[in-house]
Amino acid sequence: MHRMSMVAALTLSTAISPAFADPSVEVMHFWTSGGEAAALGAVRDKVVAGGVVWTDAPIAGGGGDAAKTALQARIASGNPPAAVLILGQNILDWAAEGMLGNVDALAAAEGWDAALPQAVKDFTKVDGHYVSAPTNVHRTDMIWASKAAFDKIGAAYPTTWEELNALAPKFAEAGIIPLAHGGQAWQEAYMFEAVALGVGGADFYRKALIELDDATLRGPEMVKVFDQMSALRGMVDPNFPGRDWNLASAMVINGEAAMQIMGDWAKGEFTNAGKVSGDDYACIPVPKASGDGFVYLVNSLSFFTQTDAEMIKGQEVLASAIMDPAVQVAFNLAKGAIPARTDIDLAAMDSCAQATSAALASNDGAGTAVPTFAGTHAANASVVGAATDAITTFFNSEMTAADGATSLADAIAAAQ
Amino acid sequence: MARSETVDFRTRLQDWLPRLVLAPSFAVTLLFVYGFILFTIVLSFTGSKMLPKFTWVGFENYEKLFALPAWHTAIVNIAVFASLYIVICTLIGLMLAIFLDQKIRGEGMLRPIYLYPMALSFIVTGTAWKWFLDPGIGLQQVMRNMGWESFTFTWIKDADYALYTIVLAAVWQTSGFVMAMFRAGLRGIDNEILKAAQIDGASNWQLYRRIVIPLLRPAFLSAFVILSHLAIKSYDLVVALTGGGPGRATEMPATFMYSYTFTRNQMGIGASSAVIMLMTIAAIMVPYLYAELKEKK
Repeated sequence: MHRMSMVAALTLSTAISPAFADPSVEVMHFWTSGGEAAALGAVRDKVVAGGVVWTDAPIAGGGGDAAKTALQARIASGNPPAAVLILGQNILDWAAEGMLGNVDALAAAEGWDAALPQAVKDFTKVDGHYVSAPTNVHRTDMIWASKAAFDKIGAAYPTTWEELNALAPKFAEAGIIPLAHGGQAWQEAYMFEAVALGVGGADFYRKALIELDDATLRGPEMVKVFDQMSALRGMVDPNFPGRDWNLASAMVINGEAAMQIMGDWAKGEFTNAGKVSGDDYACIPVPKASGDGFVYLVNSLSFFTQTDAEMIKGQEVLASAIMDPAVQVAFNLAKGAIPARTDIDLAAMDSCAQATSAALASNDGAGTAVPTFAGTHAANASVVGAATDAITTFFNSEMTAADGATSLADAIAAAQ
Repeated sequence: MARSETVDFRTRLQDWLPRLVLAPSFAVTLLFVYGFILFTIVLSFTGSKMLPKFTWVGFENYEKLFALPAWHTAIVNIAVFASLYIVICTLIGLMLAIFLDQKIRGEGMLRPIYLYPMALSFIVTGTAWKWFLDPGIGLQQVMRNMGWESFTFTWIKDADYALYTIVLAAVWQTSGFVMAMFRAGLRGIDNEILKAAQIDGASNWQLYRRIVIPLLRPAFLSAFVILSHLAIKSYDLVVALTGGGPGRATEMPATFMYSYTFTRNQMGIGASSAVIMLMTIAAIMVPYLYAELKEKK
């Protein structure tokens, strides 16, 4: 009995003492896969070198659903972690709850305003306060194409929807699956937003998926979007439902399928398989029918309000480390995304990342960069969840495009 | 004097000891089971979104819940799944128990074979069946490799049939357990009754239909209660086997509740769906408990 309580006291004191002794930062995240963990390692090394104790709190589960539940439990018990990986509207929601602190002084000193594009600031600077430090930007409207498959039928990479649709029968004739797709609800939601921007353009995307305008959601343009979804539905193999996204990427890697529509986190799969951008595969933006466009997803670590001065110090060291240009490059080499800063040299990165970074800069300037809908940047989790239900039901049935648009509009109206 | 006091203390201690020992677990159960049931009921009448909030909205969450097509799918699915699962499990379990009761050789070896699937968690069962039923790598592919080129079995990828694959996997897992329950019930039947019936010239079929199965009534009730609560809890099996798909074809109340409460920031609606699930279970359990307790008197 005595021994047990002593052990308990010892563990307790070792668990608590660093918080009082040194600046420390507890980071809660869901970056547990190989590339993601390596990416975060770049930040950690910099933080530890700054004399801060790093407490890792990984919650497995790629989409972050489990991490979200764990975070809610920590908040409810009055013990929020110092920094948490949360996405999009969730950052705005937590800020509205008054749970987030800020690193404004550091941001002003380091000139974050000039270094970050507006697209990133929309989700890190809330009501004029930097509540979050961005690590990277993902582009979600991407096509991953197998060079071998395109060579086999002697076709060029598609730049319009007509070209893409015309390719499908040729691939099928050559015994290649035109489109590798993982039939999980969230993957269909990402495909949908890429098609919505590609078919309807940035203004339509904003009106339908950010302002959630009912007339636009039911309008003829949305029916066209669903028509294109039907066309894509015809390009997948019958075995698609339930497939994980990385297995769909593997189909493109081994030449079994020609293309996959997926965010640029898919690049990690190609890199790990020893494939080289340009030589073995191509990363091309999803076709755009009207004007340019870019769907972005921002990853950032958000700072929950702390009272202990050492922990606040830890948060500042972490924020500074994340924004360090060398760390941004190292992080994104491992993660496969592009740096959140647009003012750094990307010579070390591959052609795919350089092209994406250039596209972000030009679209950000032209106002055609739009936040991801599926990744809950454009709308809140309840709207996105309801819309995802409608989209995945459409993609897994024989519904007409007009019915698809109606059920999407109904679902979004009910969720608001 | 002193002696009687110690005796007094001892008897008093003996009186109190069971209560003292049970008190912590009683308190914990009271708080973490009944306390949180109460908390969930309260939440279902509030406008809670991301965190619990106590702004009263009356029955608004329930109205919203029953207007959602996803909830309707979930209810229809659970009704179909639960009835098929309970009926098929009971029938197979009873059949296996009766067959094993024929004093066959190697019963000691056969029984654990049927019972072992119960030792697996639903996650394992779901993952194994997902691979087994996958047309690209599982049963269909094996059959085709063996030469039966036209063999087709794509239920798990078909929105109209995916629900039945969940029934299949769940029945595989639990029918052995139901068998064990019926087997125990069969053991408890008095041999004298059976002998008397045989002397009266009853055939084997009549023996089972008229005597054995009616005498198994308590085993039927226990099987029903266990199977029905397993059916309503069917969360992990669905998540592992189909993930609620294809589309939302295999959405269940439990998966619905989780996604609305924890991933979609609709805690109020999630809580109201949990309350509906609790009421459904109560509607099944209360009459059963009532009947059982009444019989004991």
